[in-house]
Order: sequence, then structure tokens, then C-alpha cells
Amino acid sequence: MAKRAQPVTLTQTIGGVFTLLVALAILAPLGAVIFRAEGFSDLRAADWAAVRFTLLQAALSAFVSCIAAIPVARALARRKFLGRGAYISLMGAPFILPVIVAVMGLLAIFGRAGWLNAALEGIGAGTVEIYGMVGVVMAHVFLNLPLATRLLLQAWLAVPAERIRLAHSLNFTAQDMRRHFGWPLLRATLPGAALVIFLICTTSFAVALILGGGPAATTIELAIYQAFQFDFDLGRAALLGMVQVAICVGAGLIVWRFANATEFGGGLDRPAMPWPGDRPLSRGIDAAALILAGAFLLLPLAAVAGQGIGAVTGLPISTWEAALRSVLLALASTALAVTLALPIALLIAGKPTRAGLEGVGLLSIAVSPLVIGTGLFLIVFPIANPVTLSLPITGLVNALVALPFLLRALIPAAKQAEATQGRLADALGMRGMARLRHAILPRLRRPLGFGAGLAAAFSMGDLGVIALFSAQGQETLPLEMYRLFGSYRTNDAQGAAVLLMALSLGMFWLFDQGGRANAAS
Amino acid sequence: MTLTNTTIIAAGLTLLTGAAFAQEPVLTVYTYDSFNSDWGPGPGVEVAFEEICGCDLQFTSTGDGAALLARLRLEGERSEADVVLGIDTNLTAAATEAGLMAEHGVTTDALTLPVEWNDPYFLPFDWGYFAFVHRANMENVPASFEALAASETSIVIQDPRSSTPGLGLLMWVQNAYGDAAPAIWEALADNVVTVTPGWSEAYGLFLEGEADMVLSYTTSPAYHLIAEEDDSYASASFSEGHYMQVEVGGVLQTADNPELAQQFIEFMVSPAFQTVIPETNWMYPAALPAESLPEGFGTLTQPETALIFSAAEAAAVRDEALATWQNALSQ
Repeated sequence: MAKRAQPVTLTQTIGGVFTLLVALAILAPLGAVIFRAEGFSDLRAADWAAVRFTLLQAALSAFVSCIAAIPVARALARRKFLGRGAYISLMGAPFILPVIVAVMGLLAIFGRAGWLNAALEGIGAGTVEIYGMVGVVMAHVFLNLPLATRLLLQAWLAVPAERIRLAHSLNFTAQDMRRHFGWPLLRATLPGAALVIFLICTTSFAVALILGGGPAATTIELAIYQAFQFDFDLGRAALLGMVQVAICVGAGLIVWRFANATEFGGGLDRPAMPWPGDRPLSRGIDAAALILAGAFLLLPLAAVAGQGIGAVTGLPISTWEAALRSVLLALASTALAVTLALPIALLIAGKPTRAGLEGVGLLSIAVSPLVIGTGLFLIVFPIANPVTLSLPITGLVNALVALPFLLRALIPAAKQAEATQGRLADALGMRGMARLRHAILPRLRRPLGFGAGLAAAFSMGDLGVIALFSAQGQETLPLEMYRLFGSYRTNDAQGAAVLLMALSLGMFWLFDQGGRANAAS
Repeated sequence: MTLTNTTIIAAGLTLLTGAAFAQEPVLTVYTYDSFNSDWGPGPGVEVAFEEICGCDLQFTSTGDGAALLARLRLEGERSEADVVLGIDTNLTAAATEAGLMAEHGVTTDALTLPVEWNDPYFLPFDWGYFAFVHRANMENVPASFEALAASETSIVIQDPRSSTPGLGLLMWVQNAYGDAAPAIWEALADNVVTVTPGWSEAYGLFLEGEADMVLSYTTSPAYHLIAEEDDSYASASFSEGHYMQVEVGGVLQTADNPELAQQFIEFMVSPAFQTVIPETNWMYPAALPAESLPEGFGTLTQPETALIFSAAEAAAVRDEALATWQNALSQ
């Protein structure tokens, strides 16, 4: 990138202020817990075992999710087929499901009484055991493969059509495509995607415990839960929270070394076209990737839908009220997440050397929701009744949690927009809003829609802080679903799960579609 | 922006509700989530108590019993809670030691528990026996932990670090086997399909057919029988006896309205409250004779021996029992 004098713009100032606010909103609760605990307690041997298990399962999960995402994203980038849009939207669903629903879906297929084992038994073959490390990684891949695929797909779709056309006219082989497009793209996006997934998996606890098979599958998050609720040892909870932050920072530094931006030059934003070097073999590989990933992701969803769809119409009024509350909450937290993410992304994109800034965005997935929630509680408690504020606080935390995903999607696109359109905009003297509206935002539309959809869906499915604070008449849909499960109303709970899945998917689809409007014209 | 609006609306609504009940004193009761769901005892209890108290009863709920206690300790002296409802005897020692509770002063003659009750701080409102629930058509139902461990029967249990039934199972084995508990856990390890964070996940897995049995209560089949008219579930009877979960309520030292809180605790063991329990919480009421129980409760497994640790005993054995459990199941 050409060095040029860059005046500090209003956007950058706002970006800087927002970055500080986000850092404060994440670190202040951690500080509050430490302060209340009056120092740290020692970690036990079991805590270190939890740290080791957490790192191992998260690294494996991130690795497998990303490797598996490569052929799927590539197939989606270079194939047009009927229902491609629906396929992309639908396969995003696992990521936003509450853990219990996702696990039930997986077990319906791979469990002891699942379809797979029934089929294997039918042909006289042995049975498959899902519990253990294999189950943990499988569930995390189920939840995160869609995210990895979409992040890679975003990058591939950001390649200007003119480049592909040029490759066609130069008679590029499949190998040339890999060398000039595939590899540089993966190098730029894969480390970031892996990092995000790694961090998500470090804070997992229900998935790891249920499918891990027992106490050996203890993650740091469960250790925090135990320290807080079982021993009421805030010092140990805070220290474990710090260990999570340290892991985040460490992983971030490693990834930062491997990621570097790609620049494909400017284009006129025409739609993508089939790649050169297309052979029957590559068509076969693409078809296999799409079918396998589709089966892996969609069959469990179909099982969940099949179990619950009959119960949807009979759901009690309170469930519909909770659904409405969740939708409004998701919209609010999405608005907040987008408002925060855009200036931060632009700030980071404008200053390629400031990896620390991006780290702030990532912090919020690494910090334990339990620690954030408890810390916020401690901060709010002296001022106001936290229960009255449970919905706004949940909205705020959901926005913070969605921020890393938005940044992951926005930053590469913003960098590219700066790289390709920045100079022209400079030459035309475009500054401020005009520059944003004409040069930058049109190139951010797709990742923005995707990120907003993710934020909305994520907020819909989240069962974090609300469970700590909830009061009468403030239940969100996931909380309502858990209560139905807890009151033996399994059928109603499955119905609520289907409603939740439909609403999450619907919101994701709407935002994502909005992001693609005009992109193909 | 929208967030601010929500805040303003929320604040406005709070003011409105506050104004509407301005003349009535408010009683704040902290309880666990499922107690206060539409299907739990909360709504019925609220209606019944508000009829007699001239007050506004408000429930605030947290995840489960353990979370409830953590919440109270977090809030300390500044808690708005008047009454805590729904921690069990395995947790009460911590609440008492932290100086959170005031004495209840209620006579315990009316209690119908199978064990004696003499805790000055907490009064029970319901109880149940932990039991392994299975499908009624299951063959060779194990009749003890030893038989279960020696069999091929698969079970799903809950983690004691994150759920009260999980902690109850730990206490059950500890109470029944004492020094032999580690050997029991080692022998049980290969029967355990998996361990879940809470009761809901475990029961869900069992219903899906992931295991032959699930740790729940002897009263669980009553739900299926009464609410779903489904008699295909039963609970195994263990010869060493069954550990009890006794759920209790108490008045907080910091209650803003101690008289009202005291009135609620007395109401808690009165028939108006107690009759709500069986078919909403699916537990045994703590002060209601057996003949007043709904039809269907008579068909349930009746353990010959009721096992329970006192609050102090439970607190004393907890950490070691947890370490034993973790070691045995981590192999």
C-alpha cells in the first residue's frame, strides 16, 4: 500500500473512542470481580487440567472446522446451482442454535439411538460411539463449520470478477488458480477464522461436558462456573478469567504473525463467474463437498425440526411473548453491534499495523460470559436493580459478543475497499460521509449484511447473561425453552426450539439478503 | 440508540408498576428458574399468598439452587431479597455460615417428611427421593449401586459442580457407602454414558434413548403418568436406600419486611402452598399427609430407607466426595 499522509478523520476518532469503550465494557467487569474478590486465589491441579483440555479441544475443533470449510467454501464460490442461496442460509443455522438443541440434533443422527447406529445395526456392522474427544470436536465442527465456510466464502466472493475473467483469458489451470487466488486468500482469511473458532471453543462448556463424557472434559469455563457457583471463590473465578484472556492474547499474537492481507486490485463489482481450469474431477469434488457438508449440517437440523414442528402451534402464549422479546432484543443488540463495529473496522483497516486494536474486538469472545455477567452485576448493583436492567444488559453483552464476528467479516473488506478505492477517493478529495457512502460502504454491504445477520441470530440463540439476571416477564426464548425442558415439557421445549431456529434463521436470512441486494445487478 | 430506548421503556414500566402497587408492600422472593416458570409452582403460590397478605409478591429467579446461593452471597447485605426459596440441604450450611439467614421460629409439627427436622434457619417446602428413572419395559432393573455397577446398564448423570441433582448423587453414594464410595464410583465409571451440566440435558438424553437410566427422582414417573397419561416410565428401587433432596426456604437477615417474610415462611408449610407443589414441581410436599396427594403418586417407588446428611455433614464431606468422583470418572 502506498504511504500517504492520512489526516485523522471523524470516523477514525469515533473508531478510537468506540474501541476504548469496548475494551472498558469487557475489562471493567473483570476488574470488578477481581476487586470484589480482594485478590486472586491459587489455581488447583484440576484447573490446569482444564486449561490443557480446553486448549487441546479448541485447537482440534478450529483446525478441523477450517480444513473442512475449504472445499465447501470453494465449491460455493465457483458453482451456481438451484437453491444455492437457501443452502448457504440454512447451513448457517447450527452456529446460532442453543447448545442443548444442537446436541440433541447431533445425537438424533450420531447418538446411541440415532439414525446412523440404527442403519449400521441394520447392515450388521458395529456401532459408533459419539462420546469423548471425537464427540466434542464433532459438535464444535457442527457449530462452527458454517462460520468458517462463510468467512472463507466472503473472501472468495470479494475477488473482483475482472480478475477471474483475466484468469480465464490467460488460460489459468486449476494449479494456477490455487497459486494466484486460492492460497493467498486462505493465507489471509484462514488464520483469522481459525482464531475466532478457537476462541469460541475455549468458552464452551455444555457441549464439551455432555459429549466429552464426564469430568475429564472439563473446560476453563466449567472451572469458572464451579469456582463461582459451587465454591463461591471469586478470586479463582477471576484468575481463571484472566487465564482465558491470556489464551486469547497468545492465540491472537500467533495468528497475527501468519495472517497478511491480500490485494487483488480494483474491480467494478461484477458478479463472480465459474473458475477457469474447470474439469469433471473438480465438479465431482465440489458436488461431494456440498453433499457431505449439507448432510452433516442439515440432517441434525431436520431431526430437530421433525421432533418439534408438531408442537409449535400448541405453544403457550408465554413462549410467543418470549419470542417477541427475543426478536426485539436481537434487533437492538444488532444495531448496537453494527454501530460499534463499523468505525472500529474502518479505523483498523486504515492502519494496517494496529493488530492490538483488533484484539480488543476479539477479547469479548475470550472473556467468560459468566465473568462478564457477574462483573456487570457487581458494577450495576450499587446504582440500580440489575434485574430491572436485565434486558438492556443482555443486549449490550450480546452486542459485545457479536462484535468479533462483525469485525472478522468487515476488516478484510474495509482494507480492500481502502486499497482499491482509497486512492481514487483521495484524488477526488472525497472525505468524511461522501467517501464512506460512495467508496467504502458499497464494498462493505455484503459483509455488513452477513455480520448483522450473524449478530441478530446469535443474540436470538444466546442464553448467557439473561439466566443470571432474569426476572418475571423478562424471559427470552432460549431461557423459556430451558424452562420448558426443566418442567418436563419436552415436547413444548422441542417446539420452542423449532420456533427459535426458524426465527434465528429468518433474521439471519433477512439481514444477509439485505447485504446482497444490488450486489448481483 | 435502540438500547437507550429499551432502557427508558424498562425504567418507565418499572415506575408504572411501582406506582400501581404503591400502597402495597412488596415481598421479594429469590427462587430458581423452574419454580417460577408458568408450569412451576410460582404462579399458583403468588395468587394464593397475595389473597391473604395484602402485599405484592415478586419472584426473582436465577439458574438453579447453586446459582441462587451464589447470587445471595454476591449481593451480601445489600440484597433486596426478603425470602430465599429453593436451595437444598446440601447447600444450606454455606448460606448459614455466611450469616445470611434469620431464624424461622416455626414449629415443625405439621411436617410430613420421613426424617426429623431441626434446622433453626431453614424450613422445608418440598422433598423427593433421587432415583434412577428407566422405561417400564426394561429388563433386569438393577436393585442397588453394586448391581448397577456390575451390569451393562447405561446411565446419564449430572455434574455435581453445576447442578443440585449431580451433587445429590455424590451425597447418595457417599452416605450409603462411606469409605467404600471410591470403589463404587470406579465400578460405575463404565456405566456412565456421559455427564451433563444440568438435569434438563440429562433427562433429554434419556428420553432420546441415549441411556437405559437417568438420575432423576422417584416422582418423575408421576409427571408422565398424570400430565401425559403415559405409564411407560418407572424408577428403580435401591436396597441401600434413597438419598433425599429437601428443598428449603428461609428469611434473610437483611429482609426489608421481616414480618411479611415471616408470614410467607409460615404460609409455605400451609395447605394452600403445599397443595400446589405435587403437580407443578413434581416433588412431595413437605407438610401434607400422604392421603392428600394426587392420584398417581400412590403408584411411585417407595424406598424403605431414606438417606440424608445433615447440612453440616454434607458440607464436611463435599470436597472429598467431589475429588473421588472426579478421579474415578476421569480415568
